[in-house]
Amino acid sequence: MTELTSHRTASELADQSLIRPRKVMSLPRVLRLAFLFASSAFVLIPFYATVLGGFKTTGELRTQPFALPQTWDLTYYKQILSDPALWNMMWNSLLYSGLTIFFTMLIASMVAFTFSHIHFFGKKYAYSYLITGMMFPAAVAILSLFIKIRDFGLLDTTAGVVLPQIAFGLAMSVLFFKSFFEQLPKEIFEAAMVDGCGYTRFFFKVVIPLSTPILATVGVFLLVGSWNSYIMPLILLNSPEKYPWTLGLMQFRGQYNVEWNLVLGYITVTIIPAIVFFLLAQRYIVAGLGQGAVKG
Amino acid sequence: MTEQTASLWASFQHWLYRKNMGGRLTTLMFFLPPALVLFTLFVFLPVSEAFYYSFFKWKGLSAISESGTWVGLKNYSQVLGHSVFHTAVLNTLKLILISLLIQLPIAMAIALMVAEQSRLNALFRLVYFLPFILADVVAGLIWRYVYDGDYGLVGQISRMLGSEGFYPLADRDTAFYAIMVVVIWKYTGYHMMIYIAGLQGIPKDMLEAAKLDGANWWQTIVKIKLPLIKHAIQLSVFFSIIGALQFFEMIIPLTNGGPSNSSHTIVTYLYQYGIVRMKVGFGSSVGVMLFVTCVLFAFMYQKFVMTRD
Repeated sequence: MTELTSHRTASELADQSLIRPRKVMSLPRVLRLAFLFASSAFVLIPFYATVLGGFKTTGELRTQPFALPQTWDLTYYKQILSDPALWNMMWNSLLYSGLTIFFTMLIASMVAFTFSHIHFFGKKYAYSYLITGMMFPAAVAILSLFIKIRDFGLLDTTAGVVLPQIAFGLAMSVLFFKSFFEQLPKEIFEAAMVDGCGYTRFFFKVVIPLSTPILATVGVFLLVGSWNSYIMPLILLNSPEKYPWTLGLMQFRGQYNVEWNLVLGYITVTIIPAIVFFLLAQRYIVAGLGQGAVKG
Repeated sequence: MTEQTASLWASFQHWLYRKNMGGRLTTLMFFLPPALVLFTLFVFLPVSEAFYYSFFKWKGLSAISESGTWVGLKNYSQVLGHSVFHTAVLNTLKLILISLLIQLPIAMAIALMVAEQSRLNALFRLVYFLPFILADVVAGLIWRYVYDGDYGLVGQISRMLGSEGFYPLADRDTAFYAIMVVVIWKYTGYHMMIYIAGLQGIPKDMLEAAKLDGANWWQTIVKIKLPLIKHAIQLSVFFSIIGALQFFEMIIPLTNGGPSNSSHTIVTYLYQYGIVRMKVGFGSSVGVMLFVTCVLFAFMYQKFVMTRD
C-alpha cells in the first residue's frame, strides 16, 4: 500500500516535471518576457504617440499625450494630405532615390564584375581605390563637393544631387556585388566562354539574372539611404520645390513650430512609405546584415 | 607602309585579338570607367580639394585664386583651440563609449533572447529593428516631441510625478545624454540583427553537445556563443565607432548643438561653423581631420582587430 502510493506519487511527480516547463512559466522565462515587452513598449510608444498626435487638438495633445484621442479629428491629416507641396516632395524623393538606386546598381555591378571575372593590370589598386569610399562619411568633403557641383553648374539640379549620391554609394555596393559574383560557380563561366558568349553578354544574360538576391539586398540598402538622405540635398539644392521630403519636413517644422499635432501628422504621413516598404522588404535587409556577420 | 611596320601592325592586331578574347578589352572599356570616373569626380577630388582648401581663408564666393587667402595651418590651430570643438570631440568620444559599453551589450542581450526561431521572437525582432529605417532627422523630430516638457511625453510624465516642466534637451547637463537615448532607441535593433545573424549560424549540434556536457546557460553564452560570433561583434563595434564619428543629422532637430553649444559632435560642429557660415577653409580643415581619423581608424581596426582566419 505504502509502496503503491509512493510509486504513484513518484510517477505523478515525473509527469508534472515533464509538463511543468510548458504549463507553468519558470522565473527566467517570465523575466525574459517582461524585459522584452517592456523594451518593446519603449521602442513603440514614440511611434504610437506620433501617429495619434495628428488626430488630437493642440490642447488635448498637451494634457493627454498618451491617451487615445477623445474624438478622431481628421482636419489636421486632411490639411497635410491636401497640401500639394507634400506630394511634390514625395515625388522628388522618389525621383532622386529611383535614379540613385538604378545607376548605382548598374555601375557598381559592372565594375564589380570586372573585378570578379576579368584579369587586368591594376585590378587590385582599382578595387582598393573604390573601397576606401566606405571608410569616411560624405560630410568630410561636403564643402568642396558643394564648390565642385557649383563649378559644374549642377547646383539645384537633379543630376547635382544624384551624381554624388551614386559616387558615395558605390563602395558598399561594389563590395557586396564582388563577393557575390565570386561565389557564382566557375563552370557556368567556362561553359559560356567555350560557347563563344563574350564577357558583356555573359554579364547581362547570366550574371545579372543569377544575382537577384544580392541585387535586392543592395537595392534595399541604397533605397533606405537615398530616401532618407538629408545633408547632400540640404547643401546642393536651393529651391523648395526641388526639396526631398526630409528637407520639406524640417521646413514644415520650422513653419509650425509649436503646432505639434500638425508636425506629428506630417511625420506620420512621411514615414508610412518607409514602414510599408520595410515590412515588404525586411527579408532582404536581414539577409544583407547577415552576410557580413556570418562570413568570416 | 614598309614591310616592317606592316608586320608590326599585324602582330599588334594579333596581340589585340588575343587580349580581347570574348570581348575582354571592350567590356573593360565600358564597365570600368563609369565607376572610376564618378568616384574620382565626386569623392576623390572633393576629399583632395578639402586638403587644399583647408590652408585658405575662403568664403567660396569666387574662384579661390581671387578671393582666397593662404593662411597656412591657421585654420587647424583655430579649430584645435576652439572650446566648442573640444566639447564636440568629447561628445563624440562619449557617444563611442556609451555605444560600446551600453548599447552593444543591450543589443547582445536582446539578440540572445530572441535569436531562436519562433513567431513571437520574429515579432520582437521586427519591433526592435523598426526605428532603424527612419531617417535620422525624423527620429530626432519624434524625440524632440517626446522630450518636450510642455506638450510631450516627458512633460506628461513629469506632471504626473508632480514636478512642472522638465526639458531634458534644454539643460546643458542632460542634453547630450538625452540624445544618446535616441541613438540607443534607433540603432540597438541594427546591432541586434547583426548578432542574430551570427547566432543563427552556430551549428545546432555544438549547443547540444554543450548541454550534454552539463554547461549551464551562462557558460554556453560565454564559452560557445560569444566566441563563435566574434566576427559579428567585431563588425558591429566597427560600425558603431564609424557611426559615432559621423553622427550628425539626428542632432539638428533635437538640439541643433545647443544649449550653449553643449551638444555638438564633430560633424555638427563642421556644419555649424563651416557650412552654415560658408567658411570653406575652416570647415574643410575639420573635414580633413575627420577624414584622417576615420581612415586611420579603419586601417588600424582591420589590421589589428579584424582577424582573418
